[in-house]
Amino acid sequence: MTLSNSDTNLEVSVWRTRNGTGLYETFEVPAHDNQTILDVVSWIQQNADPTLTYRFACRVGMCGSCAMMVNGAPRWTCRTHVNKVLKHNRLKIAPLRNLPVIKDLVTDMDPFFDKWVSAGGRHEPTRTRHDPIEEIQPANEQRAAADAGIECINCSVCYAACDTVANNADYLGPAALQRAWTIVNDEKHGDRQDVLDTVSAAGGCQNCHSMGNCTALCPNGLDPLSAIAGLKRATMRQFFKRGN
Amino acid sequence: MLDLRLYLAQRLSAMVMVPFVFVHLGVMIYAIQGGLSASEILGRTQGSLFWFLFYGMFVVASSLHAAIGLRVIVHEVTGLRGLLLAALTWGGFVVFFFLGARAVTAVTMI
Ligand code: HEM
Ligand code: SF4
Ligand code: SF4
Ligand code: FES
Repeated sequence: MTLSNSDTNLEVSVWRTRNGTGLYETFEVPAHDNQTILDVVSWIQQNADPTLTYRFACRVGMCGSCAMMVNGAPRWTCRTHVNKVLKHNRLKIAPLRNLPVIKDLVTDMDPFFDKWVSAGGRHEPTRTRHDPIEEIQPANEQRAAADAGIECINCSVCYAACDTVANNADYLGPAALQRAWTIVNDEKHGDRQDVLDTVSAAGGCQNCHSMGNCTALCPNGLDPLSAIAGLKRATMRQFFKRGN
Repeated sequence: MLDLRLYLAQRLSAMVMVPFVFVHLGVMIYAIQGGLSASEILGRTQGSLFWFLFYGMFVVASSLHAAIGLRVIVHEVTGLRGLLLAALTWGGFVVFFFLGARAVTAVTMI
């Protein structure tokens, strides 16, 4: 593969950590057709500065490890084409928002996963391996609601897009709450009541302002905003039914 | 920072306010036809149990609603939490309620 068969260069500013804070460093990167943001970052690491740190694995939108801020918005970089986000031939690439930065473009995703678990994201079985498998009707409404969220790849794009996460440290965030809504609708989950209780405590679904940045930016086309609205309705209905 | 109870209190108080807002605006438009004077307004409101209850409930709902709304904003802007945040929420409610109740009693009590 030739590396610079193009006439134009992109002007790419990349966030570099330095002594606790950081700064943007600018690189000229040859432009190509069908170039992704991850291609651009890889080009810099391979041709301009081998110390640039970033993270990816699958390169095909499956693993959820490559997300970064690109021109101000969170994107999965392996499947974001440069032409889609390029502004005045410039790219500004930064680590994902709302998460601690480890180095350069790599964030520590632990808070994101911890909230996923604390929103009740772990599966509680209703049966053991010795019981017959429970039959689930794929067409029923509850199953459809559960199915809507299961393609989440845990990329944290929605978490980075959410202003409520930015301003409220306890807020569980769109992905964890969408997972909770999946579980609340999953007939095979053993403790759905517990999940509803967890998501209506401080930091839960009621903190969402319904602005929908999560849904607008989810690269998989999922809809955490509607999942959270579902949780708000379910917890409210339950409150009026049982009185607390 | 909201939990289910505060969330419900804020949405229910908002729902209560919707008809109040429309009646309030409607009556204002009606009342200013052909000029407006303090005695004309007071003539309608003083001693009126209806307007006392109407604006009294409006004040309760909006004090609650605004105090909870302020709590959300203060938490998200300053990070304030715990007892101080609770004190601010209920302190806000008391101040809004006092100001509103003073106005309502001033125009409805004889
Ligand atoms: C019919 C009238 C009203 C309706 C339907 C209404 C509705 C709402 C709703 C749904 C929210 C939640 C927004 C969110 O979670 O993002 C809210 C927030 C708020 N409201 Fe109201 N409201 C009304 C009147 C008022 C009044 C009269 C005040 C002030 C005295 C007020 C002050 C606030 C504040 C400070 C917030 C917090 C902002 C926020 O949470 O984003 N509202 N209102
Ligand atoms: S809709 Fe709710 S979860 Fe989604 S970005 Fe807005 S506040 Fe965050
Ligand atoms: S909901 Fe979408 S944006 Fe959020 S983590 Fe899952 S796949 Fe990523
Ligand atoms: S590298 Fe796996 S989703 Fe982008």
